[in-house]
Amino acid sequence: MGIRFILMVNKQGQTRLAQYYEWLTLEERRALEGEIVRKCLARTEQQCSFVEHRNYKIVYRRYASLFFLVGVDNDENELAILEFIHLLVETMDRHFGNVCELDIMFHLEKAHFMLEEMVMNGCIVETSKSNILSPIQLMEKMS
Amino acid sequence: MALSGMRGLSVFISDIRNCPNKEQERLRVDKELGNIRTRFKNEKGLSPYEKKKYVWKMLYIYMLGYDVDFGHMEAVSLISAPKYPEKQVGYIVTSCLLNENHDFLRLAINTVRNDIIGRNETFQCLALTMVGNIGGREFAESLAPDVQKLIISSSCRPLVRKKAALCLLRLYRKNPDVVNVDGWADRMAQLLDERDLGVLTSSMSLLVALVSNNHEAYWSCLPKCDVPQEYTYYGIPSPWLQVKTMRALQYFPTVEDPNTRRSLFEVLQRILMGTDVVKNVNKNNASHAVLFEALALVMHLDAEKEMMSQCIALLGKFIAVREPNIRYLGLENMTRMLMVTDVHDIIKRHQAQIITSLKDPDISIRRRALDLLYGMCDVSNAKDIVEELLQYLSTADFAMREELSLKAAILAEKFAPDLSWYVDVILQLIDKAGDFVSDDIWFRVVQFVTNNEDLQPYAAAKAREYLDKPAIHETMVKVSAYLLGEYSHLLARRPGCSPKEIFSIIHEKLPTVSMSTVAILLSTYAKILMHTQPADPELQNQIWAIFNKYESCIEVEIQQRAVEYFALSRKGAALMDILAEMPKFPERQSSLIKKAEDVEVDTAEQSAIKLRAQQQQTSTALVVADQSSANGTSPVNQLGLVKVPSMSSSVIYSSKWDFDQSRSSTSTSSPSPSPDLLGDLLGPLAIEGPPVAGESEQNVVSGLEGVAAVDAAAIVPVTVQTNAVEPIGNIAERFHALCLKDSGVLYEDPYVQIGIKAEWRGHHGRLVLFLGNKNTSPLFSVQALILPPSHLKMELSLVPETIPPRAQVQCPLEVMNLRPSRDVAVLDFSYKFNTNMVNVKLRLPAVLNKFLQPITVSAEEFFPQWRSLSGPPLKLQEVVRGVRPMPLLEMANLFNSCHLIVCPGLDPNPNNLVASTTFYSESTRAMLCLTRIETDPADRTQLRMTVASGDPTLTFELKEFIKEQLVSIPIAPRPPAPVPPTPSVAQPVPPAAPSNDPGAMLAGLL
Repeated sequence: MGIRFILMVNKQGQTRLAQYYEWLTLEERRALEGEIVRKCLARTEQQCSFVEHRNYKIVYRRYASLFFLVGVDNDENELAILEFIHLLVETMDRHFGNVCELDIMFHLEKAHFMLEEMVMNGCIVETSKSNILSPIQLMEKMS
Repeated sequence: MALSGMRGLSVFISDIRNCPNKEQERLRVDKELGNIRTRFKNEKGLSPYEKKKYVWKMLYIYMLGYDVDFGHMEAVSLISAPKYPEKQVGYIVTSCLLNENHDFLRLAINTVRNDIIGRNETFQCLALTMVGNIGGREFAESLAPDVQKLIISSSCRPLVRKKAALCLLRLYRKNPDVVNVDGWADRMAQLLDERDLGVLTSSMSLLVALVSNNHEAYWSCLPKCDVPQEYTYYGIPSPWLQVKTMRALQYFPTVEDPNTRRSLFEVLQRILMGTDVVKNVNKNNASHAVLFEALALVMHLDAEKEMMSQCIALLGKFIAVREPNIRYLGLENMTRMLMVTDVHDIIKRHQAQIITSLKDPDISIRRRALDLLYGMCDVSNAKDIVEELLQYLSTADFAMREELSLKAAILAEKFAPDLSWYVDVILQLIDKAGDFVSDDIWFRVVQFVTNNEDLQPYAAAKAREYLDKPAIHETMVKVSAYLLGEYSHLLARRPGCSPKEIFSIIHEKLPTVSMSTVAILLSTYAKILMHTQPADPELQNQIWAIFNKYESCIEVEIQQRAVEYFALSRKGAALMDILAEMPKFPERQSSLIKKAEDVEVDTAEQSAIKLRAQQQQTSTALVVADQSSANGTSPVNQLGLVKVPSMSSSVIYSSKWDFDQSRSSTSTSSPSPSPDLLGDLLGPLAIEGPPVAGESEQNVVSGLEGVAAVDAAAIVPVTVQTNAVEPIGNIAERFHALCLKDSGVLYEDPYVQIGIKAEWRGHHGRLVLFLGNKNTSPLFSVQALILPPSHLKMELSLVPETIPPRAQVQCPLEVMNLRPSRDVAVLDFSYKFNTNMVNVKLRLPAVLNKFLQPITVSAEEFFPQWRSLSGPPLKLQEVVRGVRPMPLLEMANLFNSCHLIVCPGLDPNPNNLVASTTFYSESTRAMLCLTRIETDPADRTQLRMTVASGDPTLTFELKEFIKEQLVSIPIAPRPPAPVPPTPSVAQPVPPAAPSNDPGAMLAGLL
């Protein structure tokens, strides 16, 4: 299945975006997010970017105040996911121009649109930034 | 920062952001939810824009972790909006809020389909994405053909086709039948000729799923697995596609063709050796992502040893670098390497570095190191590794201690160079991390010590040493008390080891321990008493005082032990026999290893590596106790262990009858999957029939008898010397004979004979009991009580109180079978002769096979039935071991005599048997049962059995019944059963039956 969920959480632990690719009830999500955030945010720069949690492996990366956490299966290629996070950030950067937490917060829908172009059903669909952004640009032109 | 197009949404988000605390946030959210709810109620005034805005707010609130239990319909309804912005919101929010089984989703299925087959490609993309994310079975069935058309359509642009490919992947997972393998394999190969990156990336994911189910069909796709160079990420050509492609290759079987192999290895070699470390982090990550996937592929392809050594050398470098991600991955991949190939020797060179990683500041890395050390451990390095683990245990984080101690225990067990070392390790483990040492671990060490005489003095001495420590963990108290109870007499001449000293040092701990430990301590005291011959009056009085004190303990278990030990210990020398040393345990798989295996749950799609690893791992995990010595006892022992008369009786045991259960420990292993170690350990220690010569024979006899024998010794040892009325003939044998025929003698002693005659029709039965007085004086106070199990309705006609001299009375007994069960009815029969009260409890042959009527079926009838009953719980399969070896013909006769009629010729394999029968009960009515036995001509002691019927309980019960027939030896000459005619002497504790099913309980005890 590959990617199980993608979370964006700020350093206070507030969720800024959550996209799940398997169904979890609200309670399960709350518990999961709480546990993961607690585990990952406590880690230092010198520690690796992978955390094992339940049956998941969390691959995470920090950009300024924002943590990107991706839950994957245990046999997923960790570095590929780690770099995929960077690709996502670069894509948002290209769109927003120097993306920051507030951009994602106040443009939740756009962040979702981008993610939709990149990941579907837990698999990577597209990795070319211009391909990812073209539908969004098209839509902006229309409105 | 540009503001969002929706002002209301932005305002709400910044309101939330400005909330000083969680409470304020909740208030703001509640207010908003109330607002949205009101707006949705009078939907008429709502513009599409407003609707869109509110739906986004809902998603935002949901993301914050608040329940949003309304408005789903509004979100779904946006899907059918004509304009793109609303439709898009509808699709995205629906796939976030709803799950695949939501009713509203079904309502939208037509709209979704129209979008998919329509001409607007942006609509197509939205619909495909949503179905790809949350589509269920119904979507699979109604949409798969359309989606397939889109993927291969030449008029469709890549942006639609890439989504269609992943959408199909979802539908395929929901229902594999929607992809027709024959036609699709070629299409798939064409698809891989595509040059568009998105289409290729998605198709590769689809291919992985298809190939993992059926690689044969997709061979034609294999050569197409390559990567276009147009797109690069930090100079690396499409790293994610490269990774995915190599993953796909791992799902095909190893490539055999030498040319393909060579070129593949050239590429892999280039990746492995040509990946340099550069300054740019992103480039490094991307190139190493590819490298690690290449490594996985090399493992899969079974490369030559030389290349494997190269890989390990590379990993060896990785585990020593500064960059933590690479260190982590180095360790992880070394562990994977161990799973697939024999590279222990090469990996061992890095042992020191790996041990260093066990102390890494990062727990993720420590975990990997632990796993790797566990995997690479063997006889040669076990001492070093286990000692490292023990040392690390004291400083390890709590999160890891349990795993750590379990792993250390398993390694110590698996690779112990000598057993005393093993004992040392476990005791240290308990000492250092008692809280994290599960009971299984100390049970296991007791089993080892019991089975190895040489080890016993050593273990006892060690246990004694630990007791000197000022504060010891309760588990240590348990294990030391147990060991010293059994073996402290072996130390008697050492200083500080006299029975008195042992007793007092153990007794010091009593005030601080829990009830379960007190129980063990009481047993230990009883054992110490037993070993002190001639008795030391002072010690004896001390211990008796303790027994006395606990006779009124609130805990039934303890109370019973105290009462019984007290009574037993007054028997003097006879105590020696009753409390003799534990017999050896039967060998069995280590429950620790089982436990460790259970922990490794993985819900993910099986990775190629794991699949292979499973195939390759020959059962190295199977560790048995000490082979030589355990074999010395009786390998058949286990047979006696795994049977319990019925599920219900085991439930009874576990409540009030806990104690008996633990004594007749042997009776519990079968229904509960967890191995009942506790039963084993505590059981025979409490009271075990002396391990006399007859014991192994008793256990060989059918499970029921095995239990009976043990129990007999346990419950009524007091009666051995009384002038019991001896039965004539073997009761168990008679019962078994009557199970297979319908008339005969059920019981006989010098005064009375009970005969039986039975007729069976459907689920009804009519038995007649013939009670005959063999003497010249009358039998008085005759009583016959039927204790039926819950599944039988039984009515016995009046039994006269007196049977005249040399007379026979007939008592008809009506039986009706309510449902399938193997429980057995019991006849509680008593009479008075002179002053002797004689009481016997006899099992009645109203057993499962009596309600079977033979039926022969033809192949035309058999196979459709067999197929229609697919899988558990209606069809159960089991490999039965320890079968009494017999020629196939004899087995067929056995089946026929149980009314399971063997149908010759149905199974083409001459080593197999197929049998059919009809079972009758009130609940099931007449029900066809089918059975297939596959024997192994090379090993007659095992076979595979499959039983099928239309009722799950029936299937299970019948399977167990047949198993009993196959593994038991019902007719074996043996000394008269010690149980039955027992003048009713007071039993230690009256069986205050907690169940309303006394029959089943008694049958269990008998």
